Amino acid sequence: MSAVDLVSDEVQPGPTPSQPRGVAGLATTGLVVALAGLALAVAAALRLHSYSKGAAVPTGVGVLLVLAALYPLLPTARAYARSGRRSTLLGEGQLVASRRAAAAGRDEATVAMGYAVGAAIVSVLLLIALAQDGGIAQTFFAGHSWKLAFPEMIQAFWTNIWVACVAQVLVLVFGLLLAVMRMLPGRAGRPLRLIALIYCDVFRAIPALVTILLIVFGLPLAFPALANWPSAWLGAVALTMTYSAYVAEVYRAGLSSIHPSQSAAARSLGLSYAQTLRTVLVPQAVRRVIPPLLNDFISLQKDTALLTIAGIVEVVNASTLWQSKLFNLSPVTLAALFFIVVTIPQARFVDFLIDRDAARRSGR
Amino acid sequence: MSFLQIDDVHKAYGQHEVLKGVSLDVERHEVVCLIGASGSGKSTLLRCVNGLEEINGGEIRIEGDTVTGAGVDLNALRRDVGIVFQSYNLFPHMSVLENVTLAPIRVGGVSKAEAEERAMGLLGSVNMQDKARSYPDMLSGGQQQRVAIVRALATQPRVLLLDEITAALDPELVGDVLEIVRELARGGLTMLLATHEMGFAKEVASQVCFLDAGSILERGPAQQIFEEPREERTQQFLSRVVKSGRL
Repeated sequence: MSAVDLVSDEVQPGPTPSQPRGVAGLATTGLVVALAGLALAVAAALRLHSYSKGAAVPTGVGVLLVLAALYPLLPTARAYARSGRRSTLLGEGQLVASRRAAAAGRDEATVAMGYAVGAAIVSVLLLIALAQDGGIAQTFFAGHSWKLAFPEMIQAFWTNIWVACVAQVLVLVFGLLLAVMRMLPGRAGRPLRLIALIYCDVFRAIPALVTILLIVFGLPLAFPALANWPSAWLGAVALTMTYSAYVAEVYRAGLSSIHPSQSAAARSLGLSYAQTLRTVLVPQAVRRVIPPLLNDFISLQKDTALLTIAGIVEVVNASTLWQSKLFNLSPVTLAALFFIVVTIPQARFVDFLIDRDAARRSGR
Repeated sequence: MSFLQIDDVHKAYGQHEVLKGVSLDVERHEVVCLIGASGSGKSTLLRCVNGLEEINGGEIRIEGDTVTGAGVDLNALRRDVGIVFQSYNLFPHMSVLENVTLAPIRVGGVSKAEAEERAMGLLGSVNMQDKARSYPDMLSGGQQQRVAIVRALATQPRVLLLDEITAALDPELVGDVLEIVRELARGGLTMLLATHEMGFAKEVASQVCFLDAGSILERGPAQQIFEEPREERTQQFLSRVVKSGRL
């Protein structure tokens, strides 16, 4: 059989025109979901109104929620209109136009469902938060507890910030050193490769908490010269030791993701292994590993909370002191908020860096 | 004594023998073309000459000086032997100018200003001076390959290896790149090139070698290889090339 035989009307029959799909069923589902969302929103708004005893802001929030839950009715109505138009056009034998009307109607119906489900989720969360006569709000978000604990806690949070910053800078350097050690070539590099491998394995195996205990309590005992060091410094050292092992793996993944042709091109120009590493491989690898590196950095910032176990006064330590003083968990929620506030801008900043790099390289 | 002597070179990847005793002499100012099917060992041979692959047997000499085996300063060798790759392999995080000046500054010990001045001159000769500040991703394949040639020339090599440098290019971009190689040949640069552009090989080559399964099956002046090939395998290869419209 030659290629010509493949082309025939029998092998490739002409297409049969497809019928328009139904709209009414989907539109009705949309309507049911929209009404359910609306009911939940109204319930949540009423609950909010009565709980806040008619205060302006919560009532306003409730009204907005109900308005948002009303919106899905609009696309639902449009979906029904398209459904009617689909039938009319089909009756007139206008197949293509009828199919288009059907597709548009189904689109509208799914939009209605999406928004209605969104409104329902927000309403349910609000109802849960206000359940038990505002038990959740009282337990986690008590404003007067926050007011009392805030000044001391923000001061304690500085410890977390600078420990994280110092550790991050050290980790960047030490992690890269470990990664490069693990990639040293030849027989001469074998002992160093092995040492770096053992380091990474060991410190990824030990829980960060254990490393912190050993370093913060142990180092001053073993080296009396360190006895005067503030224990937060030792905490930074412990976190550096743990996180360097992770970051070394990230760097290594980045370095080995650079295509060997880059290394070949650099070596073919006469650059030494070290020069190739410094000018060609590391700069490209670092750009590639920024997102996973940031993940590790966010972890590191959060793990500064572990320093509380070594008696270092950081934000979680301060929050638990206030928690037992006030018999209320809200200071701990406040500590959580502090971490959220510093983490989210960093994530956005790194997105910006990645976009800028991509834009610069493709000349946009 | 020939300028570049490749003497009974063997190369294997594990059990797979890629070069089975290749010998080839290249005189100064000569342009030698390697032709042959994919997998016949053309690229591997070029990579061995540049020291990117270690050879398992035989010897490679440049001006009588052995450049393979122990005790060879490969970094110094590579200053004399430039290579241009099929996939350009420009450094994507550096501008065109940085790509070209990297080796002269880091290896050649040339000052930045001098290296940039020379680089701009070389870029000008391939009509790329206005792209000096661009990054490789912003350039077409043909432009990238022209930069790659300039980058290899910036270290002032005495022999240039070209590894199927037009194979990844769109057909309409091939001409510009070949024109540059043609000019380099006219200028007397010694070149060893693997290529699928038979018409071009016929035009510039002083010697054509047909590689088959890791050894040079037939060699001779372009005229003879293309018009009166002696070996049956060469005839088969060339007739397939003619059929696909490449000659």
